[in-house]
Amino acid sequence: MKTYTNPVYEYRRPPELTGGPRHCGVVVVGAGPVGLAAAIDLAQREIPVLVLDDDDTVSVGSRAICYAKRTLEILDRLGCGDPIVNKGVCWNVGKVFHGDKLAYQFDLLPEPGHHRPAFVNLQQYHFEECMVRRVDALAPAEIRWRHKVVGVEPEDAKVALRVATPDGDYALTCDWLIVCDGARSPVRHMLGLDTEGQVFRDRFLIADIHMTTDFPTERWFWFDPPFHRNQSALLHRQADDVWRVDFQLGWDADPEEEKKPEKIVPRLRAMLGNDVDFELEWASVYTFQCRRMQQFRHGRVLFAGDAAHLVSPFGARGANSGVQDTDNLVWKLDLVLHGQAPDALLDTYNAERVAAADENILNSTRATDFITPKSAVSRTFRDAVLGLARHHPFARRLVNSGRLSVPRVLADSCLNTPDPDTFSGTMIPGAPAADAPVSGPRGDWLLLHLSRGFSLLAFGDTISGEAAHALAQNPIACGIVQVGGAPRDDRIVIEDKSGLVSARYDGRPGTCYLVRPDQHVCARWRAFDPDAVRDAIARATCNIGRSQRWAH
Amino acid sequence: MGTLNTGPNLAAPDDFYQNLIELHRDLTEAQSALVNAKLILLLANHVGDADVLRAAMAAAREDVVPAT
Repeated sequence: MKTYTNPVYEYRRPPELTGGPRHCGVVVVGAGPVGLAAAIDLAQREIPVLVLDDDDTVSVGSRAICYAKRTLEILDRLGCGDPIVNKGVCWNVGKVFHGDKLAYQFDLLPEPGHHRPAFVNLQQYHFEECMVRRVDALAPAEIRWRHKVVGVEPEDAKVALRVATPDGDYALTCDWLIVCDGARSPVRHMLGLDTEGQVFRDRFLIADIHMTTDFPTERWFWFDPPFHRNQSALLHRQADDVWRVDFQLGWDADPEEEKKPEKIVPRLRAMLGNDVDFELEWASVYTFQCRRMQQFRHGRVLFAGDAAHLVSPFGARGANSGVQDTDNLVWKLDLVLHGQAPDALLDTYNAERVAAADENILNSTRATDFITPKSAVSRTFRDAVLGLARHHPFARRLVNSGRLSVPRVLADSCLNTPDPDTFSGTMIPGAPAADAPVSGPRGDWLLLHLSRGFSLLAFGDTISGEAAHALAQNPIACGIVQVGGAPRDDRIVIEDKSGLVSARYDGRPGTCYLVRPDQHVCARWRAFDPDAVRDAIARATCNIGRSQRWAH
Repeated sequence: MGTLNTGPNLAAPDDFYQNLIELHRDLTEAQSALVNAKLILLLANHVGDADVLRAAMAAAREDVVPAT
């Protein structure tokens, strides 16, 4: 490739080959975006973590390129937000063409006053390289390259692993195994576990090209374009003047034939015209599936990302949902590891992320049915929608070239405390906390002020020093983020300079929101009550009924 | 939450029927199918009510049995 050379990470001979077997707290299999996010989150919580990867480099080819707003907010918490946003390309506008006409245009940024844009496009290799640098800077984490897991034996009290290296095999045991080894997941196969769902009978050509153009930074999607009749096509910008091109080929296309440059270049020439100079960087032909494992938790083995669930690429719901998996998992594992929550808390990882996977699969399946109609009548309705969309606003809502990744609202989670009071707006228990501009000690955005543990977002100066002290002394501590009022040293005080925090949270003096470590709201009240906050933290950590732990 | 009105509701039923047939004059089968699909989408949006639409879909499908 002209614009990128894959790094080669150093293989190191493991000490276990000569010494005895080693026991680790947590082992992560797979150093892709999901495994790396898990490792960073664990290491930031000072939990030692060993990452095993069978390769010695980052992604070959750009692969996952669209990172959604919620993922960027998680990356901020992981210390990777700025480098990834700065390297990537921000975009909010998408255009959908039918034939040679614009059918529909959408703006994914619904309102101003958010730190992060709707999406950043960045090649997966840049994303991973940035995450690897972050892991390497965190002492409790170690990545072992060219260490391939070849055997897994889950036991009641631990998981035993067999790892192959260029110098031979060695044994490891761990308390918890996080499996992020991708769509083909060798570990899942070793455990005899399967995924269930649908395979779609269609093939797509995906290519990265390098070109310098003044095309706008927008997502362009074509149904039945003049340069590629009866199929769809996509053009999307990445960093370094690299562009992603995607051509629908149909089920009968020969994948080996279609991968050849002499086949690809004429397709690109037809799309881009004769005046544009481009260079082919990477190409692949893919099919896709929408399926998931029945359970993401199997005792001490926890599956995340593509290993657990697969979707089509339309909607950017693969890597984004995988990072959101680990965001949900790691704080729970932290509490369980430290004896602060029962094992049952990890079952809620399964429940919450299975529900999220189903939402992603539903959206992805619907987009796929629109892009690849399965019958003549389905095709007729699709074309009718596209035809109407040009003149009639209602039809634009029906056009589906991929419903782009938004986080799951965990409204039905057993970790939520039902509302005792009345609120308006979208910040219901289970919703991911909305960002808003503020001024405060950690910068200009609300989410930067939430703590690594639980946070109590409190409107107005209504929590006494004693109450703040009691919350800080809880077995599971809760930091106070107070909106408005004079600075106090037992809490973070932020100023709602634009009024958007109060507006987005329906906040009035006395209003309190309890926010989980993964920044999802789990309870809220119109007045502060320390017992209610304690009970809600207990509920959010499966500690209800374990009150002896709280007598302290 | 409306209900599907299947009682007589067209002021001039014969005029409507004639218009519907004339809508398809000179069209190929594929073009007619497209026009019908657009018409369904326009009317569905006008109705809006999901219960009414579900009831209409069920009524349309009644007595139509898959061939195999």
